[in-house]
Amino acid sequence: MGLGFVPLGLAFGALAVQSGLDWWWAALSAAVIFGGSFEFLLIGLVTAVTPLASIALAAFMVNLRHGFYALSFPLHHVRGRLAKTYSTFALCDEAYALAATGEARSWSGRRILCLQLFLHGYWVAGATAGALLGSLIPEGVRGLDFALTALFAVLALEALRGLSGDLPTPVVALLSALAARILFPGQQLLVAFALFTAGFLIHRHLTHRSPRRA
Amino acid sequence: MPDARYAISAIVVTAAVTWALRALPFAALAPMRSSRTIQTLSTRMPAGVMIILVVYCLRDLPISQPRALAPLVALTVTIGLHLWRRNALLSILGGTAIHVALASTVFAH
Repeated sequence: MGLGFVPLGLAFGALAVQSGLDWWWAALSAAVIFGGSFEFLLIGLVTAVTPLASIALAAFMVNLRHGFYALSFPLHHVRGRLAKTYSTFALCDEAYALAATGEARSWSGRRILCLQLFLHGYWVAGATAGALLGSLIPEGVRGLDFALTALFAVLALEALRGLSGDLPTPVVALLSALAARILFPGQQLLVAFALFTAGFLIHRHLTHRSPRRA
Repeated sequence: MPDARYAISAIVVTAAVTWALRALPFAALAPMRSSRTIQTLSTRMPAGVMIILVVYCLRDLPISQPRALAPLVALTVTIGLHLWRRNALLSILGGTAIHVALASTVFAH
């Protein structure tokens, strides 16, 4: 699964260079931020010379979801201050999706750290290679950014397998996302996550009350 | 092209915000870990978050134009490949290749 980061990193690096940024910028971004989805967005923000405060706000909105990962990411398996610090730094979507679901919940701290180091390494290597090779891509080639959509789609399918036929979750998520897109396009991610959480709580409240009353 | 100092600052600002969001909630949310509702939510969250991110990635889809077909076809190929072979790399590469092919030729604008 982690190897998917290489083509994704290639796409990110190539896109950065195609947008007029230097190759080292893509490498630095991959190493220091390590948050693929926002890094793709950051290319557009930096080339447009967006004020840093706006970038900080956008990063907060897009990456707020990581705050929820603390609820179920098995950080307590990771021993040592330095290791814990790195583990929180490298807590990307994919590390969470892989380490917080299914049998991985019982993984040792060492195994979790290895997973994160590999993901980080793949991402930096892919981004750097993509940035260095990006100038070789002909002008007319478009649409590399779809790699990110494909990655999320694959992660969604994998996460859904773990839920074994729990229909409300994907339905509530899809409806939340579409409602947020239509009603609050400027704050789409934040509203979608809030609606999803609220929808989950309402559904859980209803399903847990009715059997007791019957 | 933006100057180097600004471009680096943008990375540093993003990294600080992202790391804070990843690290601080471990302390703030620790008391909530024992809640049954929170535990159930945390098992449902990965699938929900990923679906929301797929829709977010497609937020600028030009629905009224034929070139909207490129990402939709590519997404169908990605999902189809993944249900068929369950090989993440194959699904991502296959879907992206289809998208690049379509967006660069038939739907180039």
